[in-house]
Amino acid sequence: MMHANESLSHVGPVLRTRGLEKEYGKGAGLVRALDAVELEVASGETVAVMGPSGCGKSTLLHLLGGLERPSGGEVWLAGRRIDQLSEKALARLRRHAIGFVFQAFHLMDELTAAENVELPALLAARSPRAARRRAAELLERVGLSDRARHLPSALSGGERQRVAIARALSNQPLVVLADEPTGNLDSTATLDVLRLLDSLRAAGQTLLIVTHDARIAATADRLISMRDGAFVEETRLTRGTTGQLGELAGLEG
Amino acid sequence: MGRLLLVSRLAARDLRRRPAPAALLLLAITAATTTLTLALVLHGVISKPYQRTREATAGPDVIASVAPPPVAGQAADLAGLKALADAPGVVGHSGPYPYTQAAVEANGVTATAWTQGRDTAPAPVDQPKLTEGSWVRDDGAVIEASLATALGIGAGDRITLGGRSFQVAGVAVTAVTPPYPKQCFAPCWYGTAAEAEANRPEPPAGSREPPSGPPDTGGFRLGPAGLIWITEADARSLATRAQSLAYVVYLKLADPAGAQAFVNAHLPASPTEPLLVPWQDVLEGHSWLVETKREILLIGSWLLSLIALASITVLVGGRMADQLRRVGLLKAVGGTPSLSAAVLLAEHVVVALLATAAGLAVGRLAAPLLTDPGAGLVGSAGAPTVTMSTVGLVTAVALGVAVVATFVPAVRAARTSTVLALADAARPPRRAAWLNAISARLPVPLLLGLRVAARRPRRTVLGVTSIAITASGIVAALAAYAHFNTEKAPGADPRGDLRQVLLLFAIMLVVQAAVNAICITWATALDTRRSSALARALGATPDQVSAGLSAAQVLPALAGAILGLPGGIALAQVLDDDPVTIPPLWQLLAVVLASVLVITALTAIPGRVSARRSVAEILQSELA
Repeated sequence: MMHANESLSHVGPVLRTRGLEKEYGKGAGLVRALDAVELEVASGETVAVMGPSGCGKSTLLHLLGGLERPSGGEVWLAGRRIDQLSEKALARLRRHAIGFVFQAFHLMDELTAAENVELPALLAARSPRAARRRAAELLERVGLSDRARHLPSALSGGERQRVAIARALSNQPLVVLADEPTGNLDSTATLDVLRLLDSLRAAGQTLLIVTHDARIAATADRLISMRDGAFVEETRLTRGTTGQLGELAGLEG
Repeated sequence: MGRLLLVSRLAARDLRRRPAPAALLLLAITAATTTLTLALVLHGVISKPYQRTREATAGPDVIASVAPPPVAGQAADLAGLKALADAPGVVGHSGPYPYTQAAVEANGVTATAWTQGRDTAPAPVDQPKLTEGSWVRDDGAVIEASLATALGIGAGDRITLGGRSFQVAGVAVTAVTPPYPKQCFAPCWYGTAAEAEANRPEPPAGSREPPSGPPDTGGFRLGPAGLIWITEADARSLATRAQSLAYVVYLKLADPAGAQAFVNAHLPASPTEPLLVPWQDVLEGHSWLVETKREILLIGSWLLSLIALASITVLVGGRMADQLRRVGLLKAVGGTPSLSAAVLLAEHVVVALLATAAGLAVGRLAAPLLTDPGAGLVGSAGAPTVTMSTVGLVTAVALGVAVVATFVPAVRAARTSTVLALADAARPPRRAAWLNAISARLPVPLLLGLRVAARRPRRTVLGVTSIAITASGIVAALAAYAHFNTEKAPGADPRGDLRQVLLLFAIMLVVQAAVNAICITWATALDTRRSSALARALGATPDQVSAGLSAAQVLPALAGAILGLPGGIALAQVLDDDPVTIPPLWQLLAVVLASVLVITALTAIPGRVSARRSVAEILQSELA
């Protein structure tokens, strides 16, 4: 049986934008959150986007994930233009091709860790048994097998974010979009998440991470700096740089 | 004073900021207060037109009638009636007048009529007041007004009475019997005498058996019947045998108010003795229709109050989740817990007071529509008066509903930790592991719907309760309607007016339940906006989220509607002494189906609106 993602597989960048713009308000109150953003993310690549608060990082992430519609420009996912899709089609796309990780975790309070992780699979109409098996695999991968039956309120911040990452991987997405994944975490929890993201990168998962955290950025293949809604600098990070920053972050050794 | 000003200002601003929930609350409480006002002002309204009729017709204080014994060839014993005419306390009388029963046919309708023989000259007691035509003459009948209305006849028309043709000489009102179809003379028992008979202790073994229940009718048919006056000669000629001729005497007492005591002192010991009816029992018969309407409205007002209570509880709970941060802010700047509670209470007290005023005004204006005394009495009931006790009770109920529904959430909000409140950490949802497990096997909309319903079990219970109350009320109304149909008298039965009140009752319940459903959907949409947005971020379509939100209301509605079926039958049983008439199966199924369809329609719109909001905006606002 063909996996839903396979229908979206193609040669070329997984994510691509052309002249992407987003404006809020009008007249004197007009705010340009994104201004002619050009981006390409290759399959298996990890891209970190950094910049000050309000520079448009989260807006970019929302547009890439189809949670908001651009004011101008184009968004392409796996060779398919998505900015003009219907809400329904966008929902299907998110279900099968995109995984989200949020700063505030956004777990369902009344569901256990395992139930949270299996939710995307259930929304994708997988059988409950398959969804549960996949959730168990992912929780093991993020080191939370023993916390599967715990409610989010019984988990630490780091554990919640690891559950959220496991949930994002539930339907084997083409790309994971992470919005400040360590923004609400202490140092120890941040390192746990860093290790996890690094392992995802190593496993070839395409990642786009919006962050303030230089340690997160250090795990990326490419670092994009944003200011006032535009890309101002782009740096391709080498293993040496990663190694240096990774060492600083305590990832090495 | 400053505190009062602050509470008033905050409450007023909040009401202005959220006019739609306030309007829904106003509608919900006004429906209850209007119905209660109507029920209260209808009490005793028939008394005036009946007293006017008694005065206009020189109405008797006691009606005494005697039927022939159920023994072949024996005539009615007039001695008892004559003795009553001479009894102490009696200051005047008319009769005895002979009467019998005959079938009356007019306009294709056949009914039973008590045909009473009267002098052509006016009697000292009971002078039926003509509303049209002239008094009795040979082959000329006067029809009691309520019977004439039911048969659709007037002076000059022709009727067939006991197989003979008569001309309608006139139409008249009287104070001696309740209106058609409840007109009744011996051997028909009703009122004080019937109750006394029912309460009579069992006689000692071997003693004479007293009559039990209605006596042997001896050729008279007990059931729906009207009254027709004809000449004595005509009445006697219509009686086919001695057993079908009975007599009535109308008595005037020195003390009309003591009519009940007079009747109690002359209770019949056997079917051959006169049956006495005091004027108060006749008034009760005339009041039956309005009093039954009043009872329906009174029950309706309690049911509507209960649903309003559920609506407000849900709204307040929803608003608390929405306003927790404001409560925290109030407390952070030095507001006491009671200040937070007072603001919430003040808002709903204001709405309750407005609803009281609106309910009293609408109820007072609408009351004349329900107080028609019918054709059997002179004049109208006039404008019912709203007494201070009515105002007090309606106000108390409205305030009670608002305060009871607001108190628990208000106190809970006031007691929430200021830090938690400032963090807007809304009350965590409940977890129902078994429901989560079951829902995993269902299609996505049902999966989402069940989980939404399971998050707030109290709200779900309120939804079930509201629909169960509504369905119970409607089923009880259908049972009453079915019962009425089984008892319907020939012609235009004046009790048909009850159908309007039952319809009004059902409409009010439906409106109230609709308001409740909207309140629940609104509160649920508010409460689940984050989880709905998250579900959409994870790949649920807006339609699936919207359908899930609807399913969260429709499933409890289905349960409530099914519970309402036995509930309604039980309610009908409690309200009526007669065995309950079960409405047809298709009507019961229609109640369940309509409940589900109406709730689906009502929840679809807010569900859809909620599902259209930007996911990013909602998820970002949770961070703000």
